[in-house]
Amino acid sequence: MPGTNGGASNGTSVTFLEAIKQAMFEEMERDPAVVLIGEDVGVYGGAFKTSEGLLERFGWERVIDTPISESAIIGAACGMSYCGLRPICEMQFIDFIVCAFNQITNFVAKGHYLWNAPAPMVVRGPSGGGVHGGPFHSANPEMYFVHTPGLKVIYPSTPYDAKGLLKAAVRDNNPVLFFEHKFLYRRIKGEVPAGDYTVPIGKAVVRREGIHLTIISYAAMMHTSLEAAEALAQEGIEAEVIDLRTLLPLDEETILNSVKKTNKCLVVHEDTKTGGIAGEIAAILCEKAFGDLDGPLMRVTSLDTPVPYAPSLEEYFLPNAKKIFSAAKELARY
Amino acid sequence: MKKELTRQQYLDLYYYMRLNRSVEDMMVKLFRQNKIVGGLYSSLGQEAISVGTAYALEKKDWLAPMIRNIGALLVKGVRPRDIFMQHMAKYDSPTKGKDGTSHFGDLDDLHIVSPISMLGDLIPVMTGVAMAGRYLGQKTVAMTWIGDGGSSTGVFHEGLNFAATQKAPFVLILENNLWAYSTPVRKQVPLANLADRAKAYGIDSYIVDGNNVVAMYSTAKEAVERARAGEGPILIEAKSFRRMGHAQHDPAEYVPKEMRAYWEARDPIALYEKFLTSEKLLDARDKKEIEEKINALLAKEREFAENSPMPPPEFAETGVYCTGDDCHKIRAKWERPIAEVTPPRSSVEAVWTVPGFGSGEGSRGANAPMHFGDTQAAETLPAGAGKPAGKPPAKVTPQKTVKTAPTGASRKARR
Repeated sequence: MPGTNGGASNGTSVTFLEAIKQAMFEEMERDPAVVLIGEDVGVYGGAFKTSEGLLERFGWERVIDTPISESAIIGAACGMSYCGLRPICEMQFIDFIVCAFNQITNFVAKGHYLWNAPAPMVVRGPSGGGVHGGPFHSANPEMYFVHTPGLKVIYPSTPYDAKGLLKAAVRDNNPVLFFEHKFLYRRIKGEVPAGDYTVPIGKAVVRREGIHLTIISYAAMMHTSLEAAEALAQEGIEAEVIDLRTLLPLDEETILNSVKKTNKCLVVHEDTKTGGIAGEIAAILCEKAFGDLDGPLMRVTSLDTPVPYAPSLEEYFLPNAKKIFSAAKELARY
Repeated sequence: MKKELTRQQYLDLYYYMRLNRSVEDMMVKLFRQNKIVGGLYSSLGQEAISVGTAYALEKKDWLAPMIRNIGALLVKGVRPRDIFMQHMAKYDSPTKGKDGTSHFGDLDDLHIVSPISMLGDLIPVMTGVAMAGRYLGQKTVAMTWIGDGGSSTGVFHEGLNFAATQKAPFVLILENNLWAYSTPVRKQVPLANLADRAKAYGIDSYIVDGNNVVAMYSTAKEAVERARAGEGPILIEAKSFRRMGHAQHDPAEYVPKEMRAYWEARDPIALYEKFLTSEKLLDARDKKEIEEKINALLAKEREFAENSPMPPPEFAETGVYCTGDDCHKIRAKWERPIAEVTPPRSSVEAVWTVPGFGSGEGSRGANAPMHFGDTQAAETLPAGAGKPAGKPPAKVTPQKTVKTAPTGASRKARR
């Protein structure tokens, strides 16, 4: 996979899930102020086994199994962060983060602005569809939070970034939401370096260079976009593919630099269309690169429906390489 | 009331109740002069609750006030000017005009967490503060308040249940002032005593006359020390009455006249003065001295607040994010050896033991076969890996025990 290892050497190839586990393990090893709190994270090791082995190593005080109470998990983590701890909260499925919506958007996010109280905490969990999880185990709720000043929102696509960004999130002084696309957990592998490293929050990366149009994506759809880009190349269309990695704060510079070069932009996300990040990117391009655009901003997204369960429905609902390919070809004609 | 405090403690309680009321009286004047930007809430008649409970805390302990806990803030060391300036949206206020009322805090010095308007949110937050204090070995207690109305929110129950499972050193004061805005308590909660909320979480509770400051203090003191000793969270229901409307704009005409008259005759400050006088702890001269001290202080504080500027408009754009060490140096203040929570000493065998399958032991009913018993982690650890040394003696390693304390312990406090 192009560009996934960030140029690391002497590393080993690990799954996306293993990269997340390593990040938590190493951060807990590095700093005793880091604790993990969530449902079934301890003895069971997490519903997806992302925290397997952490309880054995760090004990009952640092790996905390909770009742099914997302507001209590987020609230307690916030209180801990006020005392200098750096809690990592696991949402068993990221769908359940909305059970703590008020706690996150009103309490956690506003504290620094209102009363100078930083809340260094991470909320992470498995998100996204494509695994037939149905309407309550497939969500991409990132945009609820991208609309909330005070939060940072990360949605990585590679094991290298997942590990480096999760470490950066733990060390950040702000509340960071960290979305882990569960389709990627065991399906992709990538190299991670042997030693400690972080990936900067708020920086996108160009995964594939191109000149004819820019495809902007993130998370699982980044891989689908790369697949489409390879197909486009067969037809002589060289697409530049940008992986946003962080949605808040958004790396405008990387987006603008690319669009100034290609003059065309297609945004691909698995989130539903209305209110997705594509709309925000369209507005930014209109404000700051209107004269550079040779075609309309186009988007390939999921349908504006809940995530359906049946494989036939879900496949129809989700973007895929074919849909991206068609949209890109249409855009390239401008 | 029977004598059990030092004279200074008795007089402190009196001073802070008087200060609480005077600060609020002055804010009513400022409100009528249009100097207060937003709403103004009153704790008239509930001063004994804020003052008595906060006075039970040590300096290192944490509190999070609600809008009717100005008295608790004063006891914890907040200056009246800060309260005035918060309400007046001044640049020198603790939030520099970004929020009003009692919505401010101080993480470094006073250990105050700011409330928000969504009721109940503070309960899990202060549970986390309590857990962090225990984790760091600080032996601190966290306290917050909730109203009769706020006790119906989901997060109240999530928070209290979590605090109970964690045996967090947390004290929750449930101020039952009989009214949630315009809705009487009987229409909100089908319980005679809101202290019974505690039974659902297997934690101890007290019921106290919220207009009796000595009862409030001594009960809170007992609860705080029990929580500090590792007995887990405790709920105190303070029975009182909200003498003003929800806020200044609300004349509270929905409150029956007889009810108001009953409670006005039980003013906590008047009752306490009577007690102090009869116990020869306060005479006319002491009273006058205290009044003069408060008047002089508040005149100065008000002047400072009125002279403070409004925030410059562009200030609205600043401070959404912490920018790093230049903004906040975040560090945990360890008061126990870090070696206790790092490998190898932190390492455990990650298994539960579940004794008494279906015996009903955990639910305290012999014939409750659907309930599993207490769930405990295995203690079969290698030497030195289990309970670290140097913990407070009464402390239970909370993650190991999901255990219900004896229920039905709603006790009458001393009156």
